[in-house]
Amino acid sequence: MQRITIDPITRLEGHGKIEILLDEVGEVANTYFQIPELRGFERFCVGRPVEEMPVLTNRICGVCPEAHHMAAAKAGDAVYGVEPTSTAKKLRELLYMGFYFTDHTTHFYALGGPDFVMGPDAPVAERNILGVIHKVGLEIGGKVIQARKYGHTVVEMLGGRKVHPCTAIPGGVTKGLTEEERQKIEGMGRWGIEFAQFSLQLFNDLVLGNQGYVDLILGDVYTHRTHYIGLVDEQNRVNFYDGKVSVVDPDGQRLGKYAPAEYTDWIAEHVEPWTYLKFPYLKQVGWKGFVDGNDSGVYMATPLSRLNAADGMATPLAQAEYEKFFTTLGGKPVHQRLATHWARLIELLYAAERLVELATDEEITSPHLHTVPTKTPTEGVGIVEAPRGTLTHHYWTDERGILTKVNLIVGTTNNYAPISMSIKKAAQSLIHEGTVISEGLLNMVEMAFRAYDPCFGCATHSLPGQMPLQVTIRDADGQVVDVLSQYCGNS
Amino acid sequence: MSDNGSGKPKFAMYWAASCGGCEIAVLNIGEKILDVDAAFDVVFWPVAMDAKYHDVEAMPDKSITLTLFNGSIRNQENEHLAKLLRQKSAILVAFGSCATEGCIPGMANFSSTEEIFTAVYDTISTHNPEGTRPKTEWMTPEGIVLTIPQFYPMIKTLDQVVDVDYFMPGCPPESHQIAAVVDLVIQALAGKATLPPKGSVIGAGGSTVCDECVRARNVKKIDKFVRIHEVAEVDPTLCLLEQGILCNGLATRSGCGALCPGVGAACIGCYGPAADVVDYGARLMTAVASVIDSRDPNEIEAILDGIPDPAGSFYRFNLAHSLLRAGKPAVSGNKP
Repeated sequence: MQRITIDPITRLEGHGKIEILLDEVGEVANTYFQIPELRGFERFCVGRPVEEMPVLTNRICGVCPEAHHMAAAKAGDAVYGVEPTSTAKKLRELLYMGFYFTDHTTHFYALGGPDFVMGPDAPVAERNILGVIHKVGLEIGGKVIQARKYGHTVVEMLGGRKVHPCTAIPGGVTKGLTEEERQKIEGMGRWGIEFAQFSLQLFNDLVLGNQGYVDLILGDVYTHRTHYIGLVDEQNRVNFYDGKVSVVDPDGQRLGKYAPAEYTDWIAEHVEPWTYLKFPYLKQVGWKGFVDGNDSGVYMATPLSRLNAADGMATPLAQAEYEKFFTTLGGKPVHQRLATHWARLIELLYAAERLVELATDEEITSPHLHTVPTKTPTEGVGIVEAPRGTLTHHYWTDERGILTKVNLIVGTTNNYAPISMSIKKAAQSLIHEGTVISEGLLNMVEMAFRAYDPCFGCATHSLPGQMPLQVTIRDADGQVVDVLSQYCGNS
Repeated sequence: MSDNGSGKPKFAMYWAASCGGCEIAVLNIGEKILDVDAAFDVVFWPVAMDAKYHDVEAMPDKSITLTLFNGSIRNQENEHLAKLLRQKSAILVAFGSCATEGCIPGMANFSSTEEIFTAVYDTISTHNPEGTRPKTEWMTPEGIVLTIPQFYPMIKTLDQVVDVDYFMPGCPPESHQIAAVVDLVIQALAGKATLPPKGSVIGAGGSTVCDECVRARNVKKIDKFVRIHEVAEVDPTLCLLEQGILCNGLATRSGCGALCPGVGAACIGCYGPAADVVDYGARLMTAVASVIDSRDPNEIEAILDGIPDPAGSFYRFNLAHSLLRAGKPAVSGNKP
């Protein structure tokens, strides 16, 4: 048995390791994507007051603390059975749109986009944000920096801090918005809409205008026929902050929608002894292993999943792009993982439009920030869409609101099985009779990763998409034959 | 001191068991990043550049001028990297709350490994009829042994496994403090400034969060504690503690600018103990006791009952570095 080990060198010896096992003929027998770290928030949050969960659980991930902050606050609302004031809900969502705007911008320009803007065959040294700036023009660099800064500013203004916001509590928020702040945010949002449109135009010109790229997106290597989930509003339109989770099968048929409190009817998790991370799957379909298809409970939760699981977007410009997306790619659902980058830009536009909607809402500067809970706390579930997948926080408390049990199903974790499958498929397509197409393997595995924008902040803490790889090729006796490495990110 | 031709001092940054927020905070120093780039050869920084484990091993001892190490020591791999980087670094900084005092994940030291694994792998949503647990070594059906690092019974801080030169608190450290520290090191390397004595806390103030807080303190005593979500209207200008909301500012080191109290949220203590405080929790308890408006033991006890989670409130960020750190011994780890 020949063994190939791929270590993401962001975390050196471990922290996300890929083992590729070959059979006697040299074909891929199996692959294992291991997550070697655990911290155990489900345990040590027990005993803590539920109102602290927004500031405790945002320490799960420094890349997306806003998502944990919001899911925890919503779970806290549910535990107390309290309805936050309308203004509080809008302020939370406004903060969250600022976060999405920054996060999606970073991914497209620094992490995922360079493969397309520069082309997957471009030299490694050019396939980064600097390469994008050189190709598209210097002013784009300034725009990207501006976009990230604007999003951060909204988060800091409403959340009190640049990293790990602190203002959401059960029943509402502790910080309101002044008229002066509101005007600033509105201005940034309007600029953001133009920036998102510019980004989509860039994608259109550079990628959709190039048949080679379109073929790459539509190619089989990056295609998996799985189920998809995503949060939707009452009209089944994509929503990041609130709603029900829509579940569709690989044919695009909606299997149903679940409210946060119903998640255990729909989602279950599978444990393997070779990794610290669990594999969520659709409970009613069942865990059938790392396989595609209608009979496999494997699902995906990403920007592409959200578009597949919804009927449309809630803002007009994003809706027009949504329609173009599915028309261009041949209807719903879209199974090609590389289309996720395009879906992410459509979400970027939605985030900017929604940000302006909220910033111009007449209630947004109201001083009614908080509803005092009056019911006895018991149990509650909060769900938001993290950029990297549906995020579920489930808390049980005693009558004083002290946690007695915690369950978390975290963004990227949803995609652990599909990412593992994409790795296997990339390996299978490139390794035959023991021959490794070295550069191809590295780049294709990386591209498979980046489509999911994996953020193992919850496990390995690699920043989204940052997956520099090292492949060690060993012969049957375990001797190292060759070592290949590649680095693509630069942010 | 450099041996790669540039002649510049060398910089490294590493994350052990952490959330990534410290890295984000460093990236958020904006154009100051260019100063780091101009003054240093960045030889190892997994989030920002390509470098390999064996590259670090091959470096001469003490050849990295400055290493910022964030994250705690949660497993055997974290400890290995801590020791390697200590050996290769002239100045090793414990960077951020996890490395200096264990941070929120340090509260895992209240629990055994078995309790943690049960909480994670036997949840309501987990289908695990055979009680499967991650194993450090596992034989695949294909006959290959897969390995993952051992989950330690306790979280350790960086100075509990290696000698540390400086401590930089914060969860995460604020970007302006990071920029100031970077400036100081650059100046010191140019002979224009002097580094503080070994063991110093850097990138923070010498007083408490209360001293930076804009809220008015009237040294008023309180007769009960309330929880923030129970308060209909928090006074926007008055000290939170004087409103009965437990705020950790009294015992917490200054340096953040009192951000949380500034937006109506209590200080939760992420900048660690104030100067000369041996045990953060003990200090906070003393401080809190001093504002209670009673001399009657029963009444004092009733007032303190208003703090629903004393262990978490007093040791939220620094259990792993506190006098209590022995915590509860693990029943067993996840060895093969």
